[in-house]
Amino acid sequence: MSADIAVLGAGMHPWGKWGRSFVEYGTVAARAALADAGVDWRDVQAVVGADTVRGGYPGHVAGATFARALGWQGARVTSVYAACASGAQAIGAARAQILAGLADVVLVVGADAAPKGFFAPAGGERPDDPDWLRFRVLGATNPAYFGLYARRRMALHGDTVDDFARVKVKNAALGALNPNARYRKAVTIEEVAASAVVADPLRLLDICATSDGAAALVLTSMDFARRHGAGDPVRIRAVSTVTPTFPRTVLDLPDIATDSAATVAPSPHSFRASIARAAYEEAGIGPEEVSLAEVYDLSTALELQWYEDLGLCGPGEGAKLVRDGMTSLTGRIPVNTSGGLASFGEAVPAQAIAQVCELTWQLRGVCGARQVEGARVGITANQGLFGHGSAVVAVR
Amino acid sequence: MVAGWFTDAQGQDFRLLGTRCAACSTVFFPREDAFCRNPGCAGGELTEVPLSRRGRVWSYTDARYRPPAPYVSDPHAEWEPYVLVAVELAAEHMVVLGQAAPGVGVTDLAVGMEVEVVAGVLDEDAGTTWTTWHWRPVGVAA
Ligand SMILES: [Zn+2]
Repeated sequence: MSADIAVLGAGMHPWGKWGRSFVEYGTVAARAALADAGVDWRDVQAVVGADTVRGGYPGHVAGATFARALGWQGARVTSVYAACASGAQAIGAARAQILAGLADVVLVVGADAAPKGFFAPAGGERPDDPDWLRFRVLGATNPAYFGLYARRRMALHGDTVDDFARVKVKNAALGALNPNARYRKAVTIEEVAASAVVADPLRLLDICATSDGAAALVLTSMDFARRHGAGDPVRIRAVSTVTPTFPRTVLDLPDIATDSAATVAPSPHSFRASIARAAYEEAGIGPEEVSLAEVYDLSTALELQWYEDLGLCGPGEGAKLVRDGMTSLTGRIPVNTSGGLASFGEAVPAQAIAQVCELTWQLRGVCGARQVEGARVGITANQGLFGHGSAVVAVR
Repeated sequence: MVAGWFTDAQGQDFRLLGTRCAACSTVFFPREDAFCRNPGCAGGELTEVPLSRRGRVWSYTDARYRPPAPYVSDPHAEWEPYVLVAVELAAEHMVVLGQAAPGVGVTDLAVGMEVEVVAGVLDEDAGTTWTTWHWRPVGVAA
């Protein structure tokens, strides 16, 4: 049995390559979320930071770094690292503190200043680190895995590169409407097809870039929200941070082999599907009730996979969903109304928080040209390296 | 660098090496020597076991851009894309990723095609050659 918490405030620093410190971005996003909530920083009882990691050591530890930048005021502080799921774990930690009665009002912040080009592991000779190994032994970059998934979809479900391009076209059109997005220009299927192949069959415009960016939330107990004059706030009803179950049979970042399923029968559900199932179960809500979804479109083909894993369509039907326009703004189930990572780029500790910012604004009905009419229920889906699940259900 | 991942043998006898739990029979690759990762197993002795020589293509892709370090490549040489193949081993019921043998392109592959493991060269300098494993479509000459 779970209980709601309120999203009282949401804020971002616009994403892009700004050449400044992640601390600056996070502080801008935090102040924006506090202003949105109408909460004074000194009244925040706990701060949770999603960690930015460079060179295998965070350097700054996020929670305290943001607390110091905003001005030490004695709040409870937490820092979490779960790669791309860091933001969801930060929200999860904040929520647990609120539901446990340890804090009434919590600030969650994630921010990054991304390096150029491919993500790469920390230096040194570290053969005990699977992330280091996949680069050293195979040269298997993140896009290589996205290429494997895309090719597998083509073989299993008959997806085409045009189907993949349709995802980019949809997300770019939505990103063009979002002032926080890094890329704000519509693209065509022809432009995707004309971009260079990175990892066959995926092209440059099929794969998300890296970015600077920040996102923040002010989360509170329902009681605090009511006392604060917010009678009907956006509520978080579920946070899923599950691991896979053994044996994991889908090759996943950063591993170079799956578990063996010869001795233990695998679950009928993939890891990605189990992330969503845990969120739905906790929320007591099914996919048919979802008004919109923000999914982790590291590649266009991966977005199609999420449609199926979120239960927005049946297995193998993802391409048909985008082909029929069902996931566009006016479709049955709009996906990535923010523009997605296709328009934002990856700012690792911020992206799962940014997804919840988008749900918040959509559920408040303040998204202007990219507003989903009558949005009541939203779900996010995301995934962190090394088996970190990440999904959030928000309702109004 | 990755000691004990494959045999020293060449030709037909070249094999990937994993480990098998004596208690639950689960096979691990890359080799797991410290603990059994089956949650229903209290743990058994892990002993070395050769993996199937052949499997079927689960998926494949290529690297059109030079990967960052620690992948070793000569920054002065023109980039030659290589192919990555994920291969499903039927007996072990597991997928193992590897580079394709030199000369194998994405157009030479299809999901479900049978491939076999062969010894290959990951990197070499004046003093040392680092061996690795490659996947090669069955029936293609060395
Ligand atoms: Zn065992």
